[in-house]
Amino acid sequence: MEFFGLFNYWAFAVLLMTGMYAVISKANLVKKLIGISIFQSSVFLLYISMDKVEGGTAPIIQAGVSDVLYSNPLPQVLILTAIVVGIATLALGLAVVVRISEAYGTIEEDEMQEMDRE
Amino acid sequence: MITLFGVFLLTLLMITAFGIVRAQNLFAAVMLTGIFSLQMAAIFFILDAADVALTEAAVGAGVATVLMLGALALTKDKERPPARRRWLQITVVVATTLLVIYATFDMPRLGDPLAPVHQHVAPWYLSETTRLIDIPNVVTAILASFRGYDTLGELFVILTAGIGVLFILANGSSKNVRPTGPVAESAGLRHHLVPRVVGRLLIPFLVLFGLYVQFHGEYGPGGGFQAGALVSAGFILYALIEGEKAALRVLSFRVLAGMISAGAFLYIAVGLAGIARGGKFLDYSVLLNDPIAGQHLGIILIELGVGLTVTGVLLTIFHAFAARGQKS
Amino acid sequence: MTTGFVLDLASWVLMIVGGAFVFIGGLGALRMPDFYTRLHAASLTDTLGTISLLFGVILQAGLSLAAVKLAAILIFLMLTGPTAGYALANAARLGGLEPSPKNQGEEAQ
Repeated sequence: MEFFGLFNYWAFAVLLMTGMYAVISKANLVKKLIGISIFQSSVFLLYISMDKVEGGTAPIIQAGVSDVLYSNPLPQVLILTAIVVGIATLALGLAVVVRISEAYGTIEEDEMQEMDRE
Repeated sequence: MITLFGVFLLTLLMITAFGIVRAQNLFAAVMLTGIFSLQMAAIFFILDAADVALTEAAVGAGVATVLMLGALALTKDKERPPARRRWLQITVVVATTLLVIYATFDMPRLGDPLAPVHQHVAPWYLSETTRLIDIPNVVTAILASFRGYDTLGELFVILTAGIGVLFILANGSSKNVRPTGPVAESAGLRHHLVPRVVGRLLIPFLVLFGLYVQFHGEYGPGGGFQAGALVSAGFILYALIEGEKAALRVLSFRVLAGMISAGAFLYIAVGLAGIARGGKFLDYSVLLNDPIAGQHLGIILIELGVGLTVTGVLLTIFHAFAARGQKS
Repeated sequence: MTTGFVLDLASWVLMIVGGAFVFIGGLGALRMPDFYTRLHAASLTDTLGTISLLFGVILQAGLSLAAVKLAAILIFLMLTGPTAGYALANAARLGGLEPSPKNQGEEAQ
């Protein structure tokens, strides 16, 4: 099962670069924001994959049952805050995009650069 | 067996991500992002992260989709196809992917109990939580008590985002707004019977479940963030069904601003009460005579503060987007 | 043929039937010619697929708290799934998408 032992991390690599591709090569601003959110989600996948212990269970201590293996709770705490911060920045980004679209009439980046050059 | 299911979900996730990047209709891309978040939540649950799965499902698949749709209604719906093939970008991206995959061969395999990440602080947290704080959910204990500073900082990040959106969007509607046809005509879904009836059935249960998740965050997956997202989802559903003005009558901007500030004040007040009783900032053991009861009280109060602020901010952001699209 | 064996067999049959309906719904959503017929095929997973699968899992859980929770999830999905299908069809109709009169391919893209 060596192949499946690292599959999570390969999925992380592919998702990371898919999000990055959307940011660097699409001209539409909303597409770029969606690409950033995919990028963030791939990093969450990396952290949560690191916390799994084989044969473990969710880190909720069951009273009276000893000798149970628990998964690592620490990366989960980090990612919990990161998810909510991610959506806060997404909301701010979308608000800025709305104002840009009202000012320029478009949300394609190259059309905006054309307008700026005139 | 679970491994195969996880591999299947991960493959589906990668296919969905490709679909998002290639979709030219932005509405389809937003819907696919919702599906992406839901699959992420399922993967998190398989990897034993119950709290994180609940948060990702509530926030990513619920509120984020609504916000993106609100922004799309105020801008254009379709993306213009690219003029030429972007060979340089594709090359850079593929090369970096291969580099990262090569780097992952050094990592310990999934689920290895001897991995370095499981060796230092994590066993201490797992063993000391029962002795020091005595609540079953270790993730809430770390989030609220052991690492309370981080949660305070994050609360202020959310608050700042809410204030920022209000600064950017709340100066009334502007002249260049082009809302798409049917959205502008009907205020809410007044003429549609089925969503109204089902929505009215579901909203009380949504808010009730949000409150349950808030106060049971110590005994099972839950806590302030998830509860805030669920309750705000209930109110957003009400706004979508009955119209923006009716929803603002229920919870006006003034009440929402009060909720946001009250949550942040509550958190800081609990921290300062720790100093007033002779301990350090955000030290809950000195709040009551029994240190464990003091920890319980501190955790409940700050989770309440977090829930209030997150609800207020998410609802404020939604109303800022919705109010922008209405021609006054 | 003890009760346990009959219950187990029934739950397996229900889960397999549910899986088959989900697969048929997905196949229909891909292969149907028009938007409305695709929506009709996809709504198959909301109703028959969900009911069969969840009843199969409830039979596996026996009489316990987990079965009550699964029944609550089933009721919730029954309420929201068809509503979502209705909202989708209504939105398409309001947006101007007409159902094609004959089964012509690719007309109503």
